[in-house]
Parts: sequence; C-alpha cells; structure tokens
Amino acid sequence: MRPTQKMNLFQSVTSALDNTLASDPTAVIFGEDVAFGGVFRCTVGLRDKYGKDRVFNTPLCEQGIVGFGIGAAVAGATAIAEIQFADYIYPAFDQIVNEAAKYRYRSGNLFDCGNLTIRAPWGCVGHGSLYHSQSPEAFFAHCPGIKVVIPRSPVQAKGLLLACIADQNPCIFFEPKILYRAAVEQVPVEPYTIPLSQAEILQEGSDVTLVAWGTQIHVMREVANMAQEKLGVSCELIDLQTILPWDTETVCKSVVKTGRLLISHEAPITGGFAAEISSTVQEECFLNLEAPISRVCGYDTPFPHIFEPFYIPDKWKCFEAIKKMINY
Amino acid sequence: MAAVRSMNKMYGVCFHVVRQTAGLKVSRLLQHRAFRVGAVQRQQPFDSTLEKPQFPGASADFVDQLDFIQPNVISGIPVYRVMDRQGNIINPSQDPQLSKETVLNFYQKMTLLNTMDRILYESQRQGRISFYMTNYGEEGTHIGSAAALDPNDIVFGQYREAGVLMYRGFPLDLFMAQCYANADDLGKGRQMPVHYGSKDLNFVTISSPLATQIPQAAGAAYALKRENMNRAVICYFGEGAASEGDAHAGFNFSATLECPLIFFCRNNGYAISTPTNEQYRGDGIAARGPGYGMLSIRVDGNDVFAVYNATKEARRRAVAENQPFLIEAMTYRIGHHSTSDDSSAYRSVDEVNYWDKQDHPISRLRHYMTTRGWWSEDDERSWRKQSRKTVMEAFERAEKRLKPNVELMFTDVYQEMTPGLNKQRESMWRHVQQYKEHYPLDLYDK
Repeated sequence: MRPTQKMNLFQSVTSALDNTLASDPTAVIFGEDVAFGGVFRCTVGLRDKYGKDRVFNTPLCEQGIVGFGIGAAVAGATAIAEIQFADYIYPAFDQIVNEAAKYRYRSGNLFDCGNLTIRAPWGCVGHGSLYHSQSPEAFFAHCPGIKVVIPRSPVQAKGLLLACIADQNPCIFFEPKILYRAAVEQVPVEPYTIPLSQAEILQEGSDVTLVAWGTQIHVMREVANMAQEKLGVSCELIDLQTILPWDTETVCKSVVKTGRLLISHEAPITGGFAAEISSTVQEECFLNLEAPISRVCGYDTPFPHIFEPFYIPDKWKCFEAIKKMINY
Repeated sequence: MAAVRSMNKMYGVCFHVVRQTAGLKVSRLLQHRAFRVGAVQRQQPFDSTLEKPQFPGASADFVDQLDFIQPNVISGIPVYRVMDRQGNIINPSQDPQLSKETVLNFYQKMTLLNTMDRILYESQRQGRISFYMTNYGEEGTHIGSAAALDPNDIVFGQYREAGVLMYRGFPLDLFMAQCYANADDLGKGRQMPVHYGSKDLNFVTISSPLATQIPQAAGAAYALKRENMNRAVICYFGEGAASEGDAHAGFNFSATLECPLIFFCRNNGYAISTPTNEQYRGDGIAARGPGYGMLSIRVDGNDVFAVYNATKEARRRAVAENQPFLIEAMTYRIGHHSTSDDSSAYRSVDEVNYWDKQDHPISRLRHYMTTRGWWSEDDERSWRKQSRKTVMEAFERAEKRLKPNVELMFTDVYQEMTPGLNKQRESMWRHVQQYKEHYPLDLYDK
C-alpha cells in the first residue's frame, strides 16, 4: 500500500511538481507569480525548497513564457510553464501551434521540445465570467503535435501531470480551477503516472455512454445516478482525460455496446470537442446507434457572469438529453 | 532643465567616450550606468524623510521642470567599424590580427556562399527547386559572427544566415539536399528550401514564422546557464522581425532572467518591400536595448572584422556575466527578398548597385588580403573556378537523388506513432495503391 496524504487538487499539483524538481535536476518552473506560490497556490514552498534559479517569475507575457519554455526544452531542460488562466493562453497560440507542435516534425527529429509542459487553470468557477472561466481545449485539439490533458480529481491530476512532464511531446495540462480546493482525495506521496491517451471507464452501463472530462465528470456522475433512479437507465461513464490524441477505441467500443452517446462540456457547442467525438463515433458506429448523438454544452456565447447558472451544461440539461435519447 | 541636462549628459558622455576611445569601451561605460549587475535589484528601505523618490518601479531624482525626453534619431548610436569602405584598417588597435589561414577561410566561406546562392537562385528560376533566398551583401554578418562563437554555442536563426551554417562546416550536399527536399535531407523533406538545421553543428532548424526564435533563444540560454558548461546562445533576426511582439518578449525575458545570449539583428534596410522608415521611428534596433536594460552596440555589418570583434566581446561577457547583448549589424540586402520577389518594384537599380560596387563585405575583405599579399589575381581566378566546380558537383548529385519515402509524411508528429496516425497512414497507402497512376511514386524512395 503506497503511503498517501489528504490533498486537494492544487496540493496534488504541488506534490507532482515537488517530485519532479526532486528527481530531475534540469527541471524548472516559471510563469507569472509562481515564485511566491502562485495565484492558486500550486507552487507554494517550491522556490524555498529548490532555489530561485528553478522556480521563478517571468515578466507578464504569455508568448514569452511559452517561447522561453520551448527554448529551454530544446536545450535539454524539463520546462514547466504556467499560464495564469487558460483564458490568457492565446498570445502564446503561435508559439504553441506553429512552433512547439511542429518542432520535431519540421526538423526531421533533429530538434524537439518534448520536455515542455504548459499548465493552466481551466473551466468555470461560479463567478469567473468571460475571462476566468474558459475551456479552450477545442482550439488545441486541432493541432497535431501537442497533447492536451484534463484531470477530474487530485489523484488523476498528479498522475496525469507527471505523465505529461515525462512525455516526450509538448503537453498542455488544463487544471479545473473550481476543483482546486473543492476536490480532496488521498493522494500517493511518491510519484506515479497515469497513461495518456487512455480514457477511463468510471462506471459500466448498458444503455447510454456518457463522455466528459474535468469538472463535468462529477456532473455526469450525478446524472448517471438520476438516470438510474428516475428512468431505470444504466449509464456507462467515461472520462476522456486526454483530449488529444484521444482514445477513440474505448469510446467506440462503449457505443457499440450501448447504442447511445451523450457528450458534455462547458465550452461552446459549435466546434467544441464534442463535435469531433460525435463525428468519429458516427463514422465508426453508425449502424449501432439507436438515437442521434447528443451534445450538452455551453451556448455559443462568451462565458457570461451573472447568467452562469443558466449557461452551464448542468445535470438537468444532461438528464433531459438522456430522456430524449431513450425515447427516440 | 535638470532632466534634459541629465539626459544630454547620458548621451553626451557616450559620445565623448566614443570620440576618445572607440568601439568596445563604450559598452563598459554604459555598464556603469546600468542599474543591474548580477542579482535582483536590492529593495531599499522606504524613507519619506528623504526628498528622493521611493517608488519601487524606478530609481531616479525628482525634477520640477516639464520636459519630454527627445528620441535621438538624428545623430543616433554610432556605427562601429574597423575597416573603411575600401578595406583599409582605420585604427590598428582594432584589427583583430587574425591569421592568414583564418582570414582566407573567411573569404572563401563568403565567396562559396555567394556562388551557392547564384546557382541555387538560378535553379529555382529553372523550376528545379521550388523556392530560394539569397544572402547577397550580408555575408559579412554571417561569417564575422560565426567565427567569434564557440562551436558548442547554439544558433537560433531567422532564414538569412546560411553563412553561419556554412562557416561551421555544413556540407554543400546537405544544403542542396534540403533545398531539393531529397532523401538525404536531414529535415526529411518536410520544409521549404533554406529551412536548414543541424543538430551536430548546434544550428536550430529554421522556421518560417518570424521572431518566434527570439524568446526561444532566451529559454535555451537560461538552460545553458544552469548547465554551466561555458556555452552561449546567439539569436539572429532582421530589423523587420524586431517589430514582432515575440522580439519584445525575448529581449525582456533575457534581461530579467539574466541569460548568456547575443541578439544579432541584421538591419539590411528592407523587410520584403518595407523600408526601415516604415518599420520603425526610433533609432533602429540598437536604441531599444537600453530600454530593456541590455548592453547594446551598432556595427558596420559589411565589415567582417567589426562584426567579429563585437560578437567576440559580447560572447565573452554574456557568458562571464550572464547577461544578454544586443548587436545591430547595419548592412544592405543586395538581392531580392526571395525568388518570389522582384525588388525593382520598390527600389532603384542605382541604390542596389551602390552597395554591390561600393560597400560589399567580400570586396572589403579582399582588399585587406591583397594589401597584405595574401591573395592574388591568380588565387582569385582559381578559387572561383574551384568553388563553382564543387557547388555544381553537389548540385548535380542533389538533382539525381530520389525524394524521401512517403512513410516519412507520418513520422515525428509525436515521438511515437499514434494509433490514429497509423490508421491514416494505412489508408493513404491503400488509396495510392488503388490510384497509383495519379501519384508520382517513382520520384520517391521506397
């Protein structure tokens, strides 16, 4: 039995970073405000423990943070860059998409920035509004060469983050900020990894496949219970975990079994990642489908402030979608 | 009044020193003025009894006269040079006094580059390669800076630095292989011509987006600083790319994070068709350095010794002191931007001829050599013949070579092959097998 400690999500991130700095002398952590511990406390104590050359603030410049991280990784360091909110990742979009993602391919494998991991707080938080609530995974899903990973809990967060750091491809790790304090688990103190590009079946079922990631998994768990109690419907719940490259096999195998698929995410529905999953599943599982694939997502608006309770894909919307699929 | 006086004093002292001593000593003086050395700025305790500003953001004096600081573009930062336009040494103390062998190598590398450029430009015109960019007029910036570095120093370039790679020993066959995208290309045929790279020669593969290499260079330099193995980074870019946000990011990061890095700006007068007066209004790129707390110098880029001296000193200090240096090498882009450009649309033939005939890095160095009896007309004739022959031979070999195996379209996206890509790869081959008469398979390696 591995020794564990009660940790919330931000503490599990700190634990992963602590393990990394301890075992990898080239590892460095940088970004805005990481030195004092970070605005979400993910890097508390690390600068004192490992030194100011390893945990340091950068100027306020996301394109610089990611560009710097790419260069450090190319030169052989394990570079862990923090973007303060996923909502602010866009100035770094060119560096991520045109540079990081293509470094190995365009150089014929002479150079790569596989040692780069970018972390950013992600998703709705109750009051975050347009610029502290975004889930930008769909923008990056369209970019071959990077990996995009989203954990649902502290145990997953530590294992997936360590997997991203170890992975020899540039990875973006989105951390559900609403879970930083709210999610608490017994997390192993020693390092461990959870495989990337492997979706996890959290609960087996026979009537409907539910696919989600991050915070939305907890919503879907409740929805699965509601569906069982109120409708007698048995749901198979899948946490995708890795958005890119995604585990098509696990999802398709499940839909072949159940014949119905509900995908749910906070990000706006048009062009959201549910569209990619839906498209692939209908190609692979067309004849197994009992009903059209259902997507319950954010509306095609910027993320609103006071209207958040109406915007988010809550359990009632998901429950209603299951009812429609069952009665199709 | 005090503000103006103190600003004039700053610039005045600079010029005073330049007149007195020349070149490199300016940087030493500027260093005394700099408000950072080594560690983080020390926090002074706040004391409001003093009539000195207590703001954490700047250390300066109060002034009660309203004056705007004048940007100094009329008589801006002076241009350091060692040779005159003909190639005569001006101040003998600045002659790096390199050996005959070294100087001959400079000359041969510059002229070999020139020869390769002529042949490959022509080959694009004939439809043999898809695209090319020449380096005409900027050979001095490449060879002078490359020679001043250590072979283990990492080079991040933009796209007009082929001479750096040539100086380090990249063979003609591999230049050609990349331009032809043939099976010998280290880049596996994935990029347009002139996007060279070499792991062995520490030359990071070129990418088309401009200025992206600038913050990357800062990160690489930071990693090298931690390694502590006496390695530096040099980062080349043009005066146009210096307008990008990434340039600002890179300069600021390298200064705040104390990176052993040389920023080398090739100011060649044009960004495609855009002249410098439409690119910036300040005193070029060198004047931006002090704004970042960075030691900066402007040099005559067509003077290979000036470029060499400045880069050598910058490299020594960048590593010894862990701080970035900015070198702005003034030069002129004699050729078109690329084979997709016809520069007669935006500049006169007279202007181009002036630089080609009256201020060219190759002819200035030749004059230096001939003055010392190191190079004769016969040497010139036989070298021209020999270099052309070796370039043509490499060219012919590259022409005959097959293109890389189409399998290589799918590898290196990630370190590992993914199930999804594998499926796509198999689907591609099935399709091509079925419709093989429509695909140029014979040109590709099996």
